[in-house]
Amino acid sequence: MTPTYVNTALFYIFSLLVLGGAILTITCRNAVRSAISLIVSLLGVAGIYLMQQAEFLFAVQIVLYVGGIMVLFLFVIMLVNLDQAAMERQFNRHWLVALTAVAVVAAEVGYFLYRGKAAFQFAEPAAVAPSALGNTEVLADALFSEYLLPFEIASILLLVAVIGSVIMAKKRI
Amino acid sequence: MSPIGTFHYLVLSSALLLIGTVGVLTRRNVVVILMSIELILNAVNINLVAFSQALHNIDGQIFAIFVITDAVAEAAVGLGILIALFRNKETVLVDEIDLLKW
Repeated sequence: MTPTYVNTALFYIFSLLVLGGAILTITCRNAVRSAISLIVSLLGVAGIYLMQQAEFLFAVQIVLYVGGIMVLFLFVIMLVNLDQAAMERQFNRHWLVALTAVAVVAAEVGYFLYRGKAAFQFAEPAAVAPSALGNTEVLADALFSEYLLPFEIASILLLVAVIGSVIMAKKRI
Repeated sequence: MSPIGTFHYLVLSSALLLIGTVGVLTRRNVVVILMSIELILNAVNINLVAFSQALHNIDGQIFAIFVITDAVAEAAVGLGILIALFRNKETVLVDEIDLLKW
């Protein structure tokens, strides 16, 4: 068991990565720089998963997001000419209204979290008997028994997405 | 300093959600808007995993896997649409794509 202060320090380091990367993603003028900041943010999220003993999701996050989606994004950025877009105004005309709306939502969420703070105290993790199975085995058990139908539907969704994106990006059908 | 609990993860997740929302609402570049949507989906996943860990229930992580699947499908189709759009309109700025606007 790691000491508490190590846990706390790791949490704040990963949070800094997540939030700093996210802020850079939405403020950078250059889209490639945005994509690199997004990679930093997603790696921070992977670290947060690891801190919560979700090892399988940690691996999926790195392989799929950092390795898959981000390469797709970078390919599209190279394919689409963004040089001219980087010269122009980056924020649209309604940014003040949008920021006000988000500030209102932030106040609501903050109030909810502040008032409900006591409700988030759950039982100590030591209360359960440690399972002999690892995280991946437990996930696979649930995924292939209880959630078999959603799993198969997700595969159909991916097939539809593959066909759809190929048809969308084709020059002539 | 108190030990890190579910509350800390929820604060982190709501902050990430709000940053993503600001990105979707204020940026003009379609590529950055798609990236902001990925940020929002990641905020949801942090929330699901935090509750899954706190309640000792694996269902939250299963749901996170399905959210990641949807994010992949969304990114693939979205970027396909973006390529088709750029081929036809020669722009990636959302306020110049106003064909359906009256």
